[in-house]
Amino acid sequence: MPVDTAQSPLAGLPQEPGVDKPDPILVVDRMRKAFGGLMAVDVHRVSIQRGLITALIGPNGAGKTTFFNLLTGFDQPDSGTAVFDGKDVSGVSPFRLANMGMVRTFQLTKSLTRLSVMENMKLGAKGQVGEAFLRAFLPLIWRGQEREIEARAEDLLARFRLSHMRDEYAGTLSGGQRKLLEMARALMAEPGLVMLDEPMAGVNPALTQSLLEHVKSLRTQGITIVFVEHDMDVVRDISDWVVVMSEGRVIAEGPPDAIGQDPAVIDAYLGAHHDAPIGEEQEEQQLAEIEAAEAERSEPGSEL
Amino acid sequence: MNWSSIFQQAISQAFGLNSMVFAMATIGLNVHFGYTGLLNFGHIGFVAMGGYGLGMAITTFGLNPYLGLLVGIVYALLFALILGVPTLRLRGDYLAIVTIAASEVFRIVVRSTTLAPWTGGNTGITAFAGPFYELNPFTERLYSFGPFFYTGPNLFLITIGWPLVILVTLGVWQLMRSPWGRVVKAIREDEDAARALGKNAYWYKLQSLMLGGGIGGLAGILLAIGNSTVQPDYFVPVQTFFLWAALILGGVGRIWSPIVGSMLFWALLTMTDGVMRGLQSTGAIPSWLMDGPQVGQVRFMLVGLGLAILMVYRPQGIFGSREEMMLDAR
Repeated sequence: MPVDTAQSPLAGLPQEPGVDKPDPILVVDRMRKAFGGLMAVDVHRVSIQRGLITALIGPNGAGKTTFFNLLTGFDQPDSGTAVFDGKDVSGVSPFRLANMGMVRTFQLTKSLTRLSVMENMKLGAKGQVGEAFLRAFLPLIWRGQEREIEARAEDLLARFRLSHMRDEYAGTLSGGQRKLLEMARALMAEPGLVMLDEPMAGVNPALTQSLLEHVKSLRTQGITIVFVEHDMDVVRDISDWVVVMSEGRVIAEGPPDAIGQDPAVIDAYLGAHHDAPIGEEQEEQQLAEIEAAEAERSEPGSEL
Repeated sequence: MNWSSIFQQAISQAFGLNSMVFAMATIGLNVHFGYTGLLNFGHIGFVAMGGYGLGMAITTFGLNPYLGLLVGIVYALLFALILGVPTLRLRGDYLAIVTIAASEVFRIVVRSTTLAPWTGGNTGITAFAGPFYELNPFTERLYSFGPFFYTGPNLFLITIGWPLVILVTLGVWQLMRSPWGRVVKAIREDEDAARALGKNAYWYKLQSLMLGGGIGGLAGILLAIGNSTVQPDYFVPVQTFFLWAALILGGVGRIWSPIVGSMLFWALLTMTDGVMRGLQSTGAIPSWLMDGPQVGQVRFMLVGLGLAILMVYRPQGIFGSREEMMLDAR
């Protein structure tokens, strides 16, 4: 269940694109990214409230994943700024962002197939002294930390019901288990903000529920979550706030139960005239309009 | 056909200078490809750097021979740095193209007449290994014990070289079971995942390229001292692929595979050579089919055939795990 709307820190906020949140962990300003002539992302302003679950939805090709890549440093915006936890992070590389506390997962899971599940988990831990080249030769320096990390990984694996797989290659896990592993691995980094790119994609319905529980439990630990999702049931179930993108722009924001009624959202998903009855007359009229526009475009002289 | 002589030669070669140099160089290649997933198709260039660094330091710049050893390593490390800085940000294939090209560029440049005063041109550098052989306790010309027989200088080199190979292997083994090795292996599996977890993939790839390159340089130093010369035309691209063959034979990403792979590679090469020459001398292979000099080429064809068969029946090599191999196929 979302946080009770009446008690939510977002209660009473105007439901309009770009509305400022009272305690934002991430604020994006005038972020643009074009691929050739296609403006993939053109976000005027988005702010993400700390400690809540924010869903990023939109029809296919809306620019959600691109926007995600821009936020996590995997792609560089043409212009615009992002402020994470009070620090300007525009153009900061992904590994620095991760060390600052923003960790992402991927739509297509990236389990490190030829490492064991435990090694996958341990990789996630930050600030490992043994990751420096020369110190790696001296186990005495890092063995203690390694044990702490392992203990933490055991706990997380137990929580995600992966303990029995700890010594198996990650490549032997099922699709759903990989999603779990990726989420657990991200938590090893002790992030403040977790970005989940389609966490439920390709997961069988039986596992969806347990994944959802895990996501909700992150919120109770005070971790902020932003996730991209297609499944509206999932969005309604777990998110506290929904940001809707279409054609690269943010077209609507609001709590999940209200967002479905937003006319801009309905337009984006179903088209502007989806509820207009199409009789023969209107059809002819529309055809005439299109033809007129075509004729205007192919006006002599306008072509090379 | 004299089988005992053929076996004696094969075993001597397996533990000989060439095999030792190959083992050392292949450890570097294993660090690159086996652990970090870097496609290095110009590894012989690093070996050349080690040899030329040593040779030039002593003959051209007149440095202390022991400083020359250091110069050899530094050459190889610089080569790795120069290749890695621009290419490691790009996709893996670019490194493959750049390494194979750079190793050839280097070979052709050092053998040019213009640079002959510094690099010896196409005759290479000689007369630099003397100071090292002053330490050689094996002063006789030939040594024979059990199945082994070596020249004095070669025996000197392999008694130093093989322990060094073991030492470097143990060093790599320690590295790869440390958190550093975990990061590097994660980069092999999926670079973006490593970056998303806060690891500076570029920096780790550069470190790995320099480590493996430095080990390749060390191999070049051993080769140069062992042969008392560096010849530019030894460092042709096909040598890189022989190193790859040795690595694949042993099993990619396994700690002992460079050593065992190199020994097998040289033993097989020597054995096919011996067997074919034996068959020729008994007339089993008629001279219209294959004459003396052609044996040298045909044995490589046979090794190639052997590798192809290995790929079909044991694609993971001798030490690899089939289970791990199959994970990749998904």
